[in-house]
Amino acid sequence: MARTLVVVGNGMVGHRLVQALRDRDAAGAWRVVVFAEEARPAYDRVALTSYVDTWNPLALQLDGAEFDGDDRVELNLGDAVVGIDRQARTVTTASGRVQAYDTLALATGSAPFVPPVKGSDLPGCHVYRTIDDLDAIRDTAERARTGLGRGAAMVVGGGLLGLEAAKALRDMGLSPHVVEFAPRLMPLQVDEGGGALLKRLIEELDVTVHAGTTATVIEEDRGRLIAKLTNGVELDLDLVVFSAGIRPRDQLARAAGLTVGERGGIVVDSGCRTSDPHVYAIGECANLDGKVYGLVAPGYAMAEIVADRILGGAATFPGADMSTKLKLMGVDVASFGDAHATEEGALEVVFNDAVKGTYRKLVVSNDAKTLLGGILVGDANDYATLRPMVGRPLPGDPGALLAPAGGSGGGVGVGALPDEAQICSCNAVSKGDISEAIVVGGCDDVTKLKACTKAGTSCGSCVPMLKQLLTVCGVEQSKALCEHFDQSRAELFEIVRVTGITTFSDLIGKHGSGRGCDICKPAVASILASLGNGHILAGEQASLQDTNDRFLANIQRNGTYSVVPRIPGGEITPEKLMVIAQVAQDYGLYTKITGGQRIDLFGATVDQLPGIWKRLVDAGFESGHAYGKALRTVKSCVGSTWCRYGVQDSVGLAVELELRYRGLRSPHKLKSAVSGCARECAEARGKDFGVIATENGWNLYVGGNGGMMPRHADLLVSEVDKETLLKVIDRFLMFYIRTADRLQRTSTWLDAMEGGLDHLRDVVVEDSLGLCAELEAQMAEHVKGYADEWAGVLADPEKLARFTSFVNAPGTPDPTITFREERGQRVPVLLGTPEVIAR
Amino acid sequence: MTALAETVWVELCPLESIAREQGVAALLPDGTQVAVFRTHDDAVYALGNQDPFSGAWVLSRGILGDIAGVPVVASPMHKQHFDLRTGVCVDDETVSVPTYPVRVVDATILLGQT
Ligand code: SRM
Ligand SMILES: Cc1cc2nc3c(=O)[nH]c(=O)nc-3n(C[C@H](O)[C@H](O)[C@H](O)COP(=O)(O)OP(=O)(O)OC[C@H]3O[C@@H](n4cnc5c(N)ncnc54)[C@H](O)[C@@H]3O)c2cc1C
Ligand code: SF4
Ligand code: FES
Repeated sequence: MARTLVVVGNGMVGHRLVQALRDRDAAGAWRVVVFAEEARPAYDRVALTSYVDTWNPLALQLDGAEFDGDDRVELNLGDAVVGIDRQARTVTTASGRVQAYDTLALATGSAPFVPPVKGSDLPGCHVYRTIDDLDAIRDTAERARTGLGRGAAMVVGGGLLGLEAAKALRDMGLSPHVVEFAPRLMPLQVDEGGGALLKRLIEELDVTVHAGTTATVIEEDRGRLIAKLTNGVELDLDLVVFSAGIRPRDQLARAAGLTVGERGGIVVDSGCRTSDPHVYAIGECANLDGKVYGLVAPGYAMAEIVADRILGGAATFPGADMSTKLKLMGVDVASFGDAHATEEGALEVVFNDAVKGTYRKLVVSNDAKTLLGGILVGDANDYATLRPMVGRPLPGDPGALLAPAGGSGGGVGVGALPDEAQICSCNAVSKGDISEAIVVGGCDDVTKLKACTKAGTSCGSCVPMLKQLLTVCGVEQSKALCEHFDQSRAELFEIVRVTGITTFSDLIGKHGSGRGCDICKPAVASILASLGNGHILAGEQASLQDTNDRFLANIQRNGTYSVVPRIPGGEITPEKLMVIAQVAQDYGLYTKITGGQRIDLFGATVDQLPGIWKRLVDAGFESGHAYGKALRTVKSCVGSTWCRYGVQDSVGLAVELELRYRGLRSPHKLKSAVSGCARECAEARGKDFGVIATENGWNLYVGGNGGMMPRHADLLVSEVDKETLLKVIDRFLMFYIRTADRLQRTSTWLDAMEGGLDHLRDVVVEDSLGLCAELEAQMAEHVKGYADEWAGVLADPEKLARFTSFVNAPGTPDPTITFREERGQRVPVLLGTPEVIAR
Repeated sequence: MTALAETVWVELCPLESIAREQGVAALLPDGTQVAVFRTHDDAVYALGNQDPFSGAWVLSRGILGDIAGVPVVASPMHKQHFDLRTGVCVDDETVSVPTYPVRVVDATILLGQT
């Protein structure tokens, strides 16, 4: 009969143990019972801060976290273990269950340490460890934001986690204050010089740093939290986050009489065994060699050891690499090896560039031949290559390695590393393992490497190295649009722009291969349209378009189409409403108010479309481009014309924006909104470009999205006049159109942009690339060249002739399309799918 | 050996009524819908018009192209590709759509019926 392993805690390390055991225990000698205090399957705590980008817990869930279909694993979520009886070898859970074990593994992790500050238990005070913590912080932050002005928050602790928390708070729209007791930020990882630069860079990002001080008391005052610091400063706050270190969760072990360390942590030997041979402890709750490791990589190593031991192996802890690299609000910080030069005779080579904002230090042995460690602040591109060189002979003079030669450390490449050098420290994957996966295993991209070696699946900082290794092994990294074009969309855009090519045939003949497909054809059609090549159905262009663009309407599940006339800013007269109503009634169309402040008419057949549009165009409507990767709507609130809070005319601006950018073809659809004041009734921050009125002008936000991965837009410029606003939007949109990938919304484009929002601002506001005049001119062309697409079809008999259901029976309606009634309107009768033809 | 029924060639439409690299739908007297495609080299193919994945009668409105050299149409609904020569779905070979014999005579498209 199978023996039973009980795992207490389903965090990153506990999950890894179960995975490792299931991977190796081919014979099925063990069954695993997991008890988890948290109510959701194991998730990526290292990436916790990114939860703020999506608020989607599933985005963080670890691979295979639910052990679906594995009957050897029983996962009990939301049921914590409350007691261990070592004599009886059972655990008792909060729900009262008693479970026997043969072997017990404790993976209870750690808990945030809350310093004894008076008032730390007030509502509005939080810790930062779990998804639930972040949800609670968000609740408080949202309540804060209903007040006027920007909310403020204090983070107690300026270490790695404290800065992550500050980033999350800033992304939630609060102004963070970071209070650190040590004289500098991240005292464990960086030295004084690096700390000084880090403070400067972080403060440039709207985070106030109070170093060398601490909070003594937090008081509640009329719904606000007032924090008093030892240096006399008082902060007026909406919320507080404690992030002042962690404490191993060893209470359960303590109560069961297991040995715990003087400063906490369940004491284990190098095989991760506790003082009871039937009990292991791993991850952040374990104390190994007198140390508690607060990083995931040593925890993973422990999980692998225990899996090995349970199956009769004798693995021991190999020692841990405490290197860290993070990118906080666009600021790189990396620290590796003996960063503080504690080794006897160690030498430091420092390169501090205050102008560029980079600090680089290498620690080398006293003969300057061996790399011991280092600190990089401001630019950590070389971390990936330098870290694996720790303890090895330097390939050159340390000074030359630090010189910022073209951004890469004087030519240190992965090529210089020996096979045993660790590339992914989170998952302990060496250069040799990765090369083998590429050369022997046939992994030819990062996704496959991740799946096959686990490298790159945790913190992600080694992914650039994986790419380099692919290149070193002779695998070309594909940015190809599809099998017909080796170029990316952005490259094709440049080719078309520079060469002036006007047809797909010409482009694929000169720069591609084959005849094209449903990926490259619409993408090229969009590029041609962005650069102004006449009607989208002119000549060959018609054959490139997806059905929606080809029939200038949106296909529906039964093969009919929907009709969406443009209603700029959502403003419409009763007369026009009546026209829409009349057309809908005459053609029997289902009508619905859309989420984009306009009206959608559903159920038109291909041959009805021209007749419907003739009536709409005659009444002054034009295409709403609901079918195109193009500007959709500019939503608006009522604004200062009617609303008692409005400070500017939001409807007027929305109408102007919609008319300016209507018809603009882009890599993906574009949405916008204008709100008349900070209450934001038009939801502008969920849009690709959103405008919010202030007393003195307009704030422009970009990169928002409300779809699958919601993202709040980032503030690009504030309090500008309308002329400046239009100029910046012109540039922003054209820059996006030039450089984005196919079907990449502005949100993901901005997220992927090197240098992020700051870089975008450099380009479209400061004109760092000298492109702005060109971008504006291009937009001016678009505005001048705009013509309504539906009017264009109605005026051209040849284009009109294509709107027939049947080539041999024009005018005959498609007999497969039938309707039934629901809530007083016509809806499609669902079509069956044909029986599959057996072959 | 069974005797083959004689193929009757029915006139569908002039070749010119299909633009290059596009498709049209044709309605047969028995109500069958056929998607007829004209590729870049003026070759003509005919498949059943129903998309077997969504059930909608729309294949004629898909984008034409080639996948690894195979001439295909992509369903306008969810983009599965069908081999224009055989009707087999390239993305899932257990699925296919019917094919019909076609000819072009004197710039007129004829559909073969048995
Ligand atoms: C009609 C409408 C729903 C409604 O009844 O309210 C709608 C309907 C469709 N949406 Fe939407 N979306 C509609 C507002 C939205 C909104 C809300 C908004 O615009 O304020 C969103 C979230 C905002 C955003 O885009 O950031 C939205 C996010 C999506 C997405 C996800 C995009 C993303 O980046 O994740 C898709 C899928 C896509 O485009 O790839 C989508 C795709 C679609 C498509 C085109 C799906 C399809 O291919 O058939 C639907 C067809 C519309 C049609 O046939 O007319 N729709 N869709 C709304 C039309 C607004 C309009 O007047 O044009
Ligand atoms: C914001 C943040 C950023 C981080 N960034 C990094 C980074 O960049 N690099 C890095 O290496 N590390 C980072 N870490 C640390 C890393 O997340 C931890 O090292 C890792 O999660 C430890 O795993 P664990 O399984 O030991 O503990 P945890 O992940 O904490 O899991 C322990 C689990 O056990 C549960 N539990 C506790 N007691 C019981 C009980 N009695 N019964 C049942 N269940 C119980 C807990 O609820 C928890 O779910 C970060 C941590 C945070 C919070
Ligand atoms: S955003 Fe402001 S101006 Fe616009 S409707 Fe809402 S409260 Fe009124
Ligand atoms: S180093 Fe963290 S994922 Fe590879």
